Amino acid sequence: MKNKLNLFIIIMSLSFCFIVFYKALNNSNIYKPKIKAKLSLPVFDAKDFNSNIYINSEKIFEEDVFYIVNIWASWCVPCRTEHPLLMELSKDLSIKLIGLNYRDKLNNAKKFIYEFGNPYSQIIIDNDGTLSVEFGAYGVPETFIIDKNKMIIKKFVGPINQKIIEEIKLIIK
Amino acid sequence: MKILKIFIIIFLFISFSQSKADEKNNELKSKILKNIRCLICQGQSIYDSESDFASSIKLIVNRKINEGLKEKQIYAFLREKYGDWVIYEPELNKNTYILWLLPLLLFLFGGAIIYKNIKKNNEK
Repeated sequence: MKNKLNLFIIIMSLSFCFIVFYKALNNSNIYKPKIKAKLSLPVFDAKDFNSNIYINSEKIFEEDVFYIVNIWASWCVPCRTEHPLLMELSKDLSIKLIGLNYRDKLNNAKKFIYEFGNPYSQIIIDNDGTLSVEFGAYGVPETFIIDKNKMIIKKFVGPINQKIIEEIKLIIK
Repeated sequence: MKILKIFIIIFLFISFSQSKADEKNNELKSKILKNIRCLICQGQSIYDSESDFASSIKLIVNRKINEGLKEKQIYAFLREKYGDWVIYEPELNKNTYILWLLPLLLFLFGGAIIYKNIKKNNEK
């Protein structure tokens, strides 16, 4: 009787372990940082893409509108796929798109904009990636929505798609 | 001659204290970087990683140390941006108390079983 009970306990524990590992291994183990409800906009000085002059973030985000910050680079393939959607989004006059050019060569970035169009009202340069860290980004492309109170209210990791565009439009309504 | 000697002593003292401070900062920097998880090459620390993200974080940490921020303040900055998971050693808070208390509970539970068995054997 005792042996049977032991066997039952062993089988039950093994089954439990099997189910736990089976479930856990099916889950993606790539961690995506969850943004807090709201993150305040960092204060920084950044080089302007066209004039090469340093501008303060308060000057960049001075208007009382929703801002979309998009981190991009000419070498980033997913950035090319999301670019037409950003062009479409730039037609919306109630928002302003700010491009953050991440670890890029200026000539290549300019060629990219010339070839695919410029959806951004302003582009700032992030040569060493530290500006992206201030935003809480860890790669390209990433997109942030900044509300009228200058708070980062939403973050999208990876290229934006039609569904995300709809979501953005819904948020800024 | 005397003035020259004093100048040399002052110079040596300043350069010695400067190198000591640099050494201390480098030690702190390594300690912090080893405790930050790389989000691009997960499983590696920022210290070990050569990714773009890791090099940006190294620059940021260096900058924050030079600005005079303490270790905890730098962790708090990164935690705010990337969540608790970015730090290898999580702080004790309402989300992590099970993580911290469970080993202690298991230790006490195991200890109680061993104590009970020893007592039982002694009684025999």
